Amino acid sequence: MNNATSEADSMKSATEVIVDRPGEFARENYLSIHHGVKAWLLTKDHKRIGLLYLGTILSFFVIASVAAALMRIELLTPQPKLVTSETYNKLFTIHGVLMVWFFLIPSIPTVLGNFVLPMMIGARDVAFPKLNLMSWYIFVAGGALALWSLIHGGVDTGWTFYTPYSTTYANTHVISMAAGVFVAGFSTIVTGINFIVTTHKMRAPGLTWFRLPLFVWSLYATSLIMVLATPVLAITLALISVERFWGVGIFDPKLGGDPVLFQHMFWFYSHPAVYIMILPGMGVISELITCFSRKQIYGYVWVGSASMAIAILGFLVWGHHMFVSSQSVYAGMVFSILSFLVAVPSGIKVFNWTATLRKGSIHFATPMLYALGFIGLFTIGGLTGLFLAALAVDVHVHDTYFVIAHFHYIMVGGMVMAFMGGLHYWWPKISGRLYPEFAGKLAAMITFIGFNLTFFPQFILGYLGQPRRYHIYPPEFQIYHVLSTAGASILGIGYLMPLIYFIWAWRHGRVAGPNPWRATGLEWQTTSPPPEHNFEETPIVTGPPYSYSPEKDADLNLASL
Amino acid sequence: MDQFRLFPPQASTTSHEVDALFFALTLISLFFMAVIFLPIIFFSVKYRRGSSADRSNPSSGSFWIESGWTVGPMFLSLGLFAWSALVYFRIERRPANAIEVQVVGKQWMWKLQHAEGKREINELHVPVNTTVAMTMTSQDVIHSFFVPAFRVKQDVVPGRYTGIWFKATRTGEYHLFCAQYCGTQHSQMVGRVVVMEPTAYERWLKSGELSESVVLAGERLFHDRGCSGCHSPNSQFHAPLLQGLYRKPLPLADGTMAKADDQYLRDSILQPAKQITAGYPNIMPSFAGHLSEEEIMQLIAYLKYIGDQAPPSP
Repeated sequence: MNNATSEADSMKSATEVIVDRPGEFARENYLSIHHGVKAWLLTKDHKRIGLLYLGTILSFFVIASVAAALMRIELLTPQPKLVTSETYNKLFTIHGVLMVWFFLIPSIPTVLGNFVLPMMIGARDVAFPKLNLMSWYIFVAGGALALWSLIHGGVDTGWTFYTPYSTTYANTHVISMAAGVFVAGFSTIVTGINFIVTTHKMRAPGLTWFRLPLFVWSLYATSLIMVLATPVLAITLALISVERFWGVGIFDPKLGGDPVLFQHMFWFYSHPAVYIMILPGMGVISELITCFSRKQIYGYVWVGSASMAIAILGFLVWGHHMFVSSQSVYAGMVFSILSFLVAVPSGIKVFNWTATLRKGSIHFATPMLYALGFIGLFTIGGLTGLFLAALAVDVHVHDTYFVIAHFHYIMVGGMVMAFMGGLHYWWPKISGRLYPEFAGKLAAMITFIGFNLTFFPQFILGYLGQPRRYHIYPPEFQIYHVLSTAGASILGIGYLMPLIYFIWAWRHGRVAGPNPWRATGLEWQTTSPPPEHNFEETPIVTGPPYSYSPEKDADLNLASL
Repeated sequence: MDQFRLFPPQASTTSHEVDALFFALTLISLFFMAVIFLPIIFFSVKYRRGSSADRSNPSSGSFWIESGWTVGPMFLSLGLFAWSALVYFRIERRPANAIEVQVVGKQWMWKLQHAEGKREINELHVPVNTTVAMTMTSQDVIHSFFVPAFRVKQDVVPGRYTGIWFKATRTGEYHLFCAQYCGTQHSQMVGRVVVMEPTAYERWLKSGELSESVVLAGERLFHDRGCSGCHSPNSQFHAPLLQGLYRKPLPLADGTMAKADDQYLRDSILQPAKQITAGYPNIMPSFAGHLSEEEIMQLIAYLKYIGDQAPPSP
């Protein structure tokens, strides 16, 4: 750990250290070495498992997006035109359940995390490759249960399953849907354990904790939350099923239960889960900002520690979902002050990303556009979070579209932008080929515009008083709903474009070579696509991450590679 | 341009306080957006690839700068917390001398009763410049009483009493929404609040068919349902007298103390064994299933009425 000397070494400039064979497609790689369905379904290779996850979560993303599209079309008019209230309620439930548990929570950890975490730390695989494959099967089983519930008529409780509606009054497939989420939760826990052990035990020689890429730190913080919070969700869902199935009084006051207890238990999981959904995205952004501004990250220790602070403080703020639930006024105050404090580490990250740009050499490649878009949208999402932490304002905007807009700015504007940015960034490593750069930039900008048009009007709608989960609404709100639906159709194009050009680029994209971005991470020091066990010889790390040299790279032209 | 309205009407004392806080938060947000977005745009132009800007000696962090943008926002957020908590405290604390309205939510309607006995469904008539306080419960799932023009909202929870109050400052009609998802017709569990001049309100209150006041209804129930058979000075059963009881501290059989508030009285009617008054046997039957939510509220209103009387000597 003598950073002083190693720092001087690494300042030699990143590009000298890196294996640099532009234009070479590794013929023998993790994709070519085995063939057939069986090889895929029994693979223990973290990279193939990452791709299995990619296919699975994208399927859920498509279903959940169709549900969202149907809702947005229905909301063009104040009175129902397309579906009944019953169907509308099922649509928002399916949208929420699938997006949260079957897309957002697994998205970056299981796809990008699985693919690059072992390579980033110079390991040949995760610590428990079989467990890794098992977690995918558990996830698929959970997803199958969720789809079964959907096909057999759906669920109408909302993704929050509030009691006693979910336990006593709903006549839909609550138990099977809860079972699906319950099962998928085990997949999350298994992945979390795997990442924690991998990070502790599998780091390459010389890769000390404070030389870890920030994406690894963020995955580590995320994994801690996954392991500690998900069991509480499992308990809560099990209790719902027990009350619903056997009539044991836990949450329904008619049976002697307490409905607000459910909310405490649910949010004790679901608020930390919000951080499961955003921390990995923040990690990706740290990778993108440094690479495309050719700069060492500003305030490495602060950015990394902020991830851990968020992970810990995130467990102490659940009551801010319950300011009007009849929770005690004093409890509300404690949760409010803690919620204000949890905004501080998020702010630290944004300030440091901004400062990283200073004196950089900024390339506006597609991943960078997504990263800058992320900072913009996440900042707005974070600042509107302050409105919700402010007790008196929350009383007014709670359960309105203001909340919907806020968390979509974090979840979609934040996490999905980061996921797209990361997917573009690591795509050359995953496939060995480049995606078409112009189409990529265009899609990133369309997504950004479509997103804002969809969700910004919802802040106004919310403050005007439009409650969430309303199938029918007063006519004076129509104009903002129309704007929102218009934005959603633009957003849809922004998501469809990458789907099309990634499929095209898989075979026809230009060959990328090992390190098209001239990035410093260990994952770029091997061929593209990587061999089955990642590295021909274990890399040895001698310096801190992100040892870019902006002065030297001032005229570097990444796009022409 | 009415369709592009940005703010709901300000029609209560609370609405002004909440909007002031909202504007302050908006200004602070704009400030932070400027502090973050302007440098990003500036750096993006100045340090774009190939530009001739000076890139020598790039900094990778400074303890003082990091501390500055950690501690600064922290103090700012504590200030915001204090302000919002003060307003919240006023929203949550039920003022004395208010007009009382009882609210029962059910799938999918609001049932309201004024103290004078007048009943309404999905409508609430109130006088302007007068404090109105509501006691609310639900007979099925959780609902939420939300009047955007007043900036007040409170969940209506089965098995519990929650309260909400407001002082309307402008006559007119305002939306009443159910804000907590409650099932199929959640979006139709809506209504209106009609704020009237006091004289018009008095006229309205006396119009239509006359009904007995909530306290009188409670007194009738107290006798009809047999409560008075035990809870009276000349009863042969050993049951506590209820005069002078309301909101008083009460020693319990298990040695703890309880306060005889609405929730305690409700629990004592429905689950009498839950909290036994010290010195009395556990002999009261449960009235769960025998009284509607409205009837329980009427009984409690009666107990509250006699709660101000001195306890009769046995």
